[in-house]
Amino acid sequence: MTTEPPRVIKARVRPGDRVFSSATIIAGSLILAILAAVAIFLVVQSIPALVAPKGALPDSAPNFWVYVGPLVFGTVWAAAIALIIATPLAIGIALFISHYAPRRIASALGYIVDLLAAVPSVVFGLWGVTVLAPAVQPFYAWLNTNLGWIPIFGGTVSGTGRTILTVAIVLAVMILPIMTAVNREIFLQTPRLHEEAALALGATRWEMIRTAVLPFARPGIVSSAMLGLGRALGETLAVAIVLSPALVVNFFLLTSQNPNTIAANIANQFAEAAGLGVNALIASGLILFVITFAVNAIARFVVSRRKAFSGAN
Amino acid sequence: MSAQTATGANVGIANSLTTGKLPRGSVWMVLLGSWVLMSIVFLLVKTATGAKDFNIVAAIFLGTVLFDVLIYVLSLLVEGVRKATDRLITSLVSTAFIVALLPLISLLYTVVANGLGRMIEPSFFSQSMRNVTDASGGVVHALYGTIEITLAATIISVPIGLLTSIYLVEYGRGWLARIITFLVDVMTGIPSIVAGLFAFSLFALITNNPGYRSGFGGAVALSVLMIPIVVRSSEEMLKLVPNELREASFALGVPKWLTVLKIVIPTALPGITTGVTLAIARVIGETAPLLIIAGTTASMNLNLFSDRMMSVPVFVYMQYAAQGADQNAFVSRAWAAALTLILIVMALNLIARLVARIFSPKLGR
Amino acid sequence: MNLTRTGSIAVVAVAAAILLSSCATNETPSGGASTSALSGTLSGIGSSAQAAAETAWAADFQTANSGATINYDPQGSGAGRTSFTSGAADFAGSDAALKAEELATVSPLCAAGTKMIDLPVYISPIAVAYNLAGVTDLKLDATTIAGIFKGTITTWNDKAITAQNPGVTLPSAKITVVHRSDDSGTTQNFTEYLSANAPAVWDAPAAQTYPYQVGDAAKGGSGVADAAKATKNSIAYLDESAATGLGIAELKVGSSYVKINAAGAADVVAKSPLADARGANDLAITIDRKNTDANAWPMVLVSYLIVCNDYKDDAKGALVKAYATYVASSAGQASAAKAAGSAPLAPDLATKVAAAVATIK
Repeated sequence: MTTEPPRVIKARVRPGDRVFSSATIIAGSLILAILAAVAIFLVVQSIPALVAPKGALPDSAPNFWVYVGPLVFGTVWAAAIALIIATPLAIGIALFISHYAPRRIASALGYIVDLLAAVPSVVFGLWGVTVLAPAVQPFYAWLNTNLGWIPIFGGTVSGTGRTILTVAIVLAVMILPIMTAVNREIFLQTPRLHEEAALALGATRWEMIRTAVLPFARPGIVSSAMLGLGRALGETLAVAIVLSPALVVNFFLLTSQNPNTIAANIANQFAEAAGLGVNALIASGLILFVITFAVNAIARFVVSRRKAFSGAN
Repeated sequence: MSAQTATGANVGIANSLTTGKLPRGSVWMVLLGSWVLMSIVFLLVKTATGAKDFNIVAAIFLGTVLFDVLIYVLSLLVEGVRKATDRLITSLVSTAFIVALLPLISLLYTVVANGLGRMIEPSFFSQSMRNVTDASGGVVHALYGTIEITLAATIISVPIGLLTSIYLVEYGRGWLARIITFLVDVMTGIPSIVAGLFAFSLFALITNNPGYRSGFGGAVALSVLMIPIVVRSSEEMLKLVPNELREASFALGVPKWLTVLKIVIPTALPGITTGVTLAIARVIGETAPLLIIAGTTASMNLNLFSDRMMSVPVFVYMQYAAQGADQNAFVSRAWAAALTLILIVMALNLIARLVARIFSPKLGR
Repeated sequence: MNLTRTGSIAVVAVAAAILLSSCATNETPSGGASTSALSGTLSGIGSSAQAAAETAWAADFQTANSGATINYDPQGSGAGRTSFTSGAADFAGSDAALKAEELATVSPLCAAGTKMIDLPVYISPIAVAYNLAGVTDLKLDATTIAGIFKGTITTWNDKAITAQNPGVTLPSAKITVVHRSDDSGTTQNFTEYLSANAPAVWDAPAAQTYPYQVGDAAKGGSGVADAAKATKNSIAYLDESAATGLGIAELKVGSSYVKINAAGAADVVAKSPLADARGANDLAITIDRKNTDANAWPMVLVSYLIVCNDYKDDAKGALVKAYATYVASSAGQASAAKAAGSAPLAPDLATKVAAAVATIK
C-alpha cells in the first residue's frame, strides 16, 4: 500500500564524458587566458601614454584624450558612412538572393558575393587608390560645385579623390559580403507558413516581404549591421592606403583634409614611432578595441533576444 | 465573389487573365531599352565633349536607375499602385545587386589586368626573391610561407574554437559560459595589428630573444584573430542541430560525448567547414601582424619555427610600399601576387562550398 | 561519398606535388663556386627608404658569399633603431642617426664598453616633382616651395612662381599639394631644408610629421608618386627614384638654378660637418642645408647603417664587417644607384666610412 518514494535517477558518469567535457572547458578557458594576456599587454603598454605629461605626445597634444579624440571621431565617422551605404545594399542583395532570384542561380550569386569577402584588404586598398579614387573625383567635383551648399559636400574639393567618402565606399564594399551573408541566412529562416499565408491572402511579393519577412528578420538585420560596423572600424591597411588624412575634425566628405582613423593612424605612424609614440599608438589601439567591443556587444545583445529560434534550446 | 461584379469589371475585354498586366517580357525590354538609351546618351556626350573613354559602368548604372523609374511609372499606369510598388521594389532589389557587382567586377578586372601577365611568367612560381635585382623573381617563398603559417594557424584555432563552441552549446551553463561568450565577442574586436604586437611580445618574452621572428609566431597571431571567428560560426551551426536528434541519441543510451561526436558534429559538419574556410579566408590576407612577427625575407624558409618567413600578403605590400628604381617590376609583382592570393582564397571557398553541398543533410529548401 | 574521396585524393595529390617541388630554382647553390668562408644570417630592421638598396646589397653579397643570408625588414627607421638598441636586430637602417638617449643604452649584441656607430651609406636627393601638362622645366626657390607646401601660394600662375619662370606658360589652375601621410625621413629632411632656407615662410620646426593641414596626404613614397601622377596640376616632394614620370623642379641654390643631380647631393653630404659629441668612428652628419656650391643639391636625405663597433659574437662581427665593407664600397654604391636610384657616396666620405668599417669586429 505504501508508495515507494521516487528514486533519484543518477546517470553513471562515464570516463569518456568526463574527458570530453573537461577538454571543452579547457579550450574555453584557454580563450580566457589568451584574452587576459592580450588585455594585460595592451593596458601595460598603454599606461605610459595615458599618464604622459604635456608635450611628450605626438602631434603636440596636451594629453592622450586630445590626441585620440580626432582619431575616434574619424574612425566612427568613416565606419558610419560605410554602414549607411552598405546596409540598404546588403538588404537588397540578400532579398534578391533569398526571395527574388531563381533558386538555381541564387547559390551561384551568393558565391559571387562571398568572393568579395575573400579579397585581402591590401588589394582593396590598391584598387581604391588606383581605380576608385580617380574614377569618382570628377563626380566629387561636380557635387562640390552644384551641391556645395549642403554642408557635407562643402569645403575645397580634393584633387585626388582620396577622401573619406572614397574610404567609406571601399569599406562598404568590404563589409557588404559579411552583412549580405548574415541577412541572407536570416531571410531564409523566415517560417515558410508565414510567407505562404501572406501570399494566400493575396499579398504581392513585396507585401509578403514587408509583412512576413522583414519583421521576423529585424534583429538579424541590426546584428548584421553591427558586424559590418565592427569590421569597418578595425580596417587598417585599406584605409591607410586610400585616405588622405589630416589632424582635423569635420564633416566634409569631399575635401583633402579628412579625419584619420585609429587603425590607419597606427599603420601610418608605427614604423617611425619611438619611445612614448609607440605607447600612444598602442593606447589608441586599446581605445579601438573598446569601441569595437561595444559594437559587438550590442550586436550580441540584439541577437540574443531571438535565442528562442535556436535548435539547442 | 459575385459573378455580377466580375462580369461588370470585364466588360469589353477579351481575356480577363491578362488584363491590367504588363505584357510578358516587357520588363526585360524596358531594362534593355534603358541601358541602350543611356549608352547612346553617354556616347553622344563623349563625342560632344571629347572625353577620353566611354564610361560603361556609369552607363549601366544610370540605365538601371532609369529602368527603375520607368517600370514604376508604367506599372502604375497599367497595373495600379500595389503592383507598381511591388515592381519598384523588385527592380530596386535587383539594382542593389547590380550595384554590388560593379565594384567586384572592377576589382577583379583590375587585379587580373595588372597581374595576369606577370603571374603566368614561368619565373613567378619557380623563383623566390633571393638575389633578385632585376624584373624577374617570384613568389614561391611567400607561397610556402602563407601555406605553412595558415595551416599552423588552422591547426591551432580549429580544435580550440570547435571545443569552445561545443562547450558553449552542449555543456556551458552559468557564469563561465556567459563569460566565455562575452570574451569571444571581445576577441573579435582585437585589431589585427595589436594581435601581431601581442604575439611578438609573447614570443620575445618566452624565448628571451628581443629579435624573435618566426612563421609560428605569425600563426599564433593569426590564431588570436581566427579563434573567435571559428567559435562564433561553429556555435551558430551547432545550435541549428535539432534537439530531437540529441534526445533520440540519449534515449538509445548513447553517452553524451559520443552523441556530440557522432551525432551533433557530423550533422553540423558542412556548416562548420564553411565557417572554418571563411575564417581561413579572413586571416590568409592579413598583412600587418605578419609584418611584425614573421618578418620579411627574400629567401625560402621551410622551417616554421625559426627565422623569418615571407607570406603572400606581406609580399604584395612590400612590393608596393618599398619600390626600387625599376618601379614597374615591383608593381607588377605586387599585382601578380595579389591575384595569386585571390585565386587561393577562391579555391578555398569553392572547396568549402563543395564540402558543404556533399555533406549537407537535405533540408526543406 | 565517392565524390568526396576522389576530391580528397585530388587535394592530397596537388598538395604533395607542391611540397615535393619545394624549392625555388634561383636558390639552388651554383656548384660550390663560393670561395668565401663567410656564412650565417644577418637580420636588419629599418628605414623603408633604404629597402630597395638593401635588397640590391643583400643580393650581391649573397651571390658572392653563398653561405650568407641577409634579411632586411623595412619596418621604418624608428622601429629599426629601437630594435637594434634592444638587441632585436643585428643592424639597423635609419634615416636619422642615433639620438643621444639611444646612444646611452648600448645594444646587448655589442661587447661591453663599446659603442654603436652610425655609418652614412645611402644618399638620396629629394625631388620637388610636379605634374603639369606642357611644362617641362620649372624653376623654384626655397621660399616659393615653402609657400606652395604651406598653402600660401595656391595657384600655378601666382606671381611668385611666374617671376622665376619667364617664358613658361603656367595655367591658372589650383595647385594640388601631395605630401606624406605617414611619418618619414623624407619629410624630416624636406622640412629641415625649408626651415633652414625659408624660415620666414616655413615657421614650423623640422619634423618627420608633415606640419601643415594643406593638400592631399598619401601613404609612403609610392603612394605620393601615384597620387601626383594621377592628379593634374599637382606638386609633391619625394625621393628622386620615385619621381619617374613626373617633372622635377630646378632648385635655386645660391644665385643660380640647379638641376637635380646625384653628384651634387653626395657632395653636399660629404662637405657637411660631422655631428658634435659622438664617439670615435661614429659618422653622424649634420647636413649643411645652406651649401651654395655650384651644382649642389642640399635637399638631400642621408640614411645610416647602424652597427656595433665591436660585436660580442665574433662571427657576427666578421659578417657585419664584410657586409658593411661591401655596402660602402664603390661597387656596392653603384649597385644601389642602379637598383634604388640613390646617389653614390662622394670619394672622400666613402674613404671615411671605409675607415670606420675597418674598425668593426
